[in-house]
Amino acid sequence: MTMGGVVTDGEDALLRVDGLSTVIGNVRRPQTILEDVSFAVAPGEVLGVVGESGSGKSMLALTLMNLLPRPIRRTAGRIALGGTDLTGLSDRAWRDYRGRDMAMIFQEPMTSLNPVMRIGRQIMEVLVRRRGMSGRAAEQEAIRLLERVEISSPRERIRAYPHELSGGMRQRAMIAIALAANARLLIADEPTTALDVTIQAQILDLLRQLQAEMGMALILITHDLGVVAEMAHRVMVLYAGRVAELAPVEDTFYQPRHPYTRALLDSIPSVEARRERLATIEGSVPVAGAMPPGCRFAPRCPLAREACTQAPPPVMPVGDGHGVACIAPFGYELPEGVARRGAA
Amino acid sequence: MPEIPTDAIEGLAPQRARLAAFLKRLIANRSVALGGGLVLFVIALALLAPWVTPYNPLESSFRERLLPPSAAHLFGTDHFGRDVLTRVIYGGRLSLEIGFLVVLATGVFGTLIGGCAGYFRSLDNPAMRLMDAWMSFPAILLAIAVSATLGSSVTNVVIALSLATIPHTARIVRASVLVVREMEYVEAARALGARDTRILFVHVLLNSTAPLIVRLTYVFAIAILAEAVLSFIGVGPPPPAPSFGNIIANGRDFMVEAPWVTIFPGVAIFVVVLGLNLLGDGLRDVLDPRMRI
Amino acid sequence: MWSFVLRRLISSIPVLILVSLMTFGLIWLVPGDPASVFLDASATPEQVANLRRELGLDQPLWTQMLSWYERVLSGDLGESILLNRSVAAAILERLPITLSLAAIALVLAVIFGILLGSLAAVNHGGWGDQSIMTVALLGLSIPDFWLGLVLIVVFAVQLGWLPSGGFVAITEDFGGWAMSMALPAFTLTITQIGFIARMTRSSMLDVLRQDYVRTADAKGLGHGFVVMRHALPNAMMPILTVTGVIAGGLLGGAVVVEQVFALPGVGRLIIGAILSRDFPVIQGGLLMLAVIYLLVNLIVDMLYAVIDPRVRLA
Repeated sequence: MTMGGVVTDGEDALLRVDGLSTVIGNVRRPQTILEDVSFAVAPGEVLGVVGESGSGKSMLALTLMNLLPRPIRRTAGRIALGGTDLTGLSDRAWRDYRGRDMAMIFQEPMTSLNPVMRIGRQIMEVLVRRRGMSGRAAEQEAIRLLERVEISSPRERIRAYPHELSGGMRQRAMIAIALAANARLLIADEPTTALDVTIQAQILDLLRQLQAEMGMALILITHDLGVVAEMAHRVMVLYAGRVAELAPVEDTFYQPRHPYTRALLDSIPSVEARRERLATIEGSVPVAGAMPPGCRFAPRCPLAREACTQAPPPVMPVGDGHGVACIAPFGYELPEGVARRGAA
Repeated sequence: MPEIPTDAIEGLAPQRARLAAFLKRLIANRSVALGGGLVLFVIALALLAPWVTPYNPLESSFRERLLPPSAAHLFGTDHFGRDVLTRVIYGGRLSLEIGFLVVLATGVFGTLIGGCAGYFRSLDNPAMRLMDAWMSFPAILLAIAVSATLGSSVTNVVIALSLATIPHTARIVRASVLVVREMEYVEAARALGARDTRILFVHVLLNSTAPLIVRLTYVFAIAILAEAVLSFIGVGPPPPAPSFGNIIANGRDFMVEAPWVTIFPGVAIFVVVLGLNLLGDGLRDVLDPRMRI
Repeated sequence: MWSFVLRRLISSIPVLILVSLMTFGLIWLVPGDPASVFLDASATPEQVANLRRELGLDQPLWTQMLSWYERVLSGDLGESILLNRSVAAAILERLPITLSLAAIALVLAVIFGILLGSLAAVNHGGWGDQSIMTVALLGLSIPDFWLGLVLIVVFAVQLGWLPSGGFVAITEDFGGWAMSMALPAFTLTITQIGFIARMTRSSMLDVLRQDYVRTADAKGLGHGFVVMRHALPNAMMPILTVTGVIAGGLLGGAVVVEQVFALPGVGRLIIGAILSRDFPVIQGGLLMLAVIYLLVNLIVDMLYAVIDPRVRLA
């Protein structure tokens, strides 16, 4: 089955997103944040979502959870979890999926934990109110979860307040809260960005173990390609709110087909290659209100041509499970049979 | 004498434009417009009182006692036959005068105390302890006590009310000063050798004005309300001058047969205070929406 | 936690000293001689001299202050010149009335203020928000004594539902007590509720934007639950601060409202004393109310520590 032109990994995808668009602003002059984003995640798979600031990756996470802050809203697209169309549900019904089938961890563990509530209680809330456990069972489970996320002295720590924990421990606590949901899908929005480098590796390790152990699908949002290389099975590259490339991780790194992906990889400083200056991508990411008419990357793209400025290209298959939103590999023309999805 | 560099003069033009833009934003704010309008209207009435009022506030006429509102007497008459509308306007004149003086006194002393407490660390603790003690007395009680002790006069009322509002004002100024003091441009000025007092006055205070202005607007409202209470109790400005509070106090005895004597001055107080509160809210929103006074 | 309590108690001692000094010093603000101010112009010089001796005004300042402290610390607030009885007794007799009035109004203002402010914050920008805030603004612009008078005219005179004044002790007749307190408490509540509602709204708006509220939402907890259990506790700090300030306003307001409704509380006692220049009563009453206000603020500080664990480290 194709969606947005890309072959998905079979019928049993856990999460299917089709043509998702999100805007900010009043009804008359909305500004695009996400446009025509389509992808799928199989059960137990790790999808790395890569992009710079302004690519809309955090908004994607919030859209999936229906947590968009008020001036931002979804305008198009379907989100299906385990076959159920979430976008067709009421807010209340969608909310039922959060903390049970879907869970999320955020970037800043210090501000994302309630400062006046003990972390034990913040974990037990999910157990009691979302999974229907009794108080005593929940307390035991909370201790077990803290142990599982490798927080020492869990029995004492459940009574701790967030400010009594270090940054790494707080993020572990957040993971414990997410685990408490026993969800099928975990969304992690830049979980290690705010942490020290040594702690980053530990947290990622932990996430990888837990994900494998519990068979959770994980959407890992990051700007760090190194993290993606370590953790992801598949990678989705976002640029200016649109999908640039969607491919298995090896293909992304060894055979990137989108000029933006290539430029990203090129800009990683390497110890081997001799260079005098760090490679950068000229220009800057377009802002929400001022999108270029055609391909979003065209103004900065070394391969851009006239045809690129006509309309933003859809994601088109260029290999097995590998899609790219660029017309260059196709001779600057849309291949037959691919529907043109709308322009800005 | 050193030459004034030309770009300093040219720099004035954008300054003027910034001011204009700021004023435009100020007026566009609904609360400022509404509140400011009410306040200006009331001030105009008070200033033009001698020309605007139909009667003499002190002239009594026993034939016309306790008349209900009519075309001749829009607010009716009181137990001495005096026109209530006239007395209310003159009462407003006095109340506004007192309010304004209180604002002046609070502004000056509050800034002095708060500014020094915030800027000179050694003064901070003792000054704040003093403010704490000062604020331990419920404000209105303090004002009543001081006013009663000093005796009835406009000056003493102003003193009493100022004493009630200075400590909190000083606190606010101190808080602003503390924040600004730590900012880098103060360090820079010090590094360039500017003397402490100069830094204090020029840099620090200039940038602390926003919360002070908002606070003083509220102080005006508090002063008007408090003066009414003092007059009502009997320790306000001495008779026979009308003030909002003493019109109500006198009218109280006739509340049943002539409620208008009590009602209208209260409405007048309400309108003035509402206008000032609206203005204060609006100013706070425009100058610094993060403030929570 | 207890060390926090102890530290706060100790730090309030200097304030207490200053308060007592200021109360003592009040009598010295009087232009002229306090004794002759009290007695009218027809008093003979002997009467004035006698009064001066009674009040201790003929002693040097130091001695006066020391003996004043001596008496106060042992619970003796002197004798009322007018009533010829112990100031402390007179105050204590009336204190329950004033305190119960202020307490009722405080509880009502806090409960409804927080409720309205939270509703407004959750409805941010909507017409519920705007109307609640408008009502709050109107409420705090009304003079309390005037509102009391208007309420008397409407409810007592016109409608005859409630008494226009006077006090019925709760021990005598609960219904009567409730009716005699209804209008005064209502007056006080209306004028103070606006402050709490506004502060609650502003504080809640700040809190609702925080990341941890988003986390709570992400857990799928119901919106009401998130507001009550996650947002509100974090919003309480500024609300508590305002409550402490309101308490002071209520003590002062109770004084005025007692006048309007003829309730025999401490406020009326003090005002009577002020009008007749009965200094021992004025000093004693002010000192008592100031101490109570300090205690309330102390309790507010304790509540800070209960609600926000980070405060306990301070």
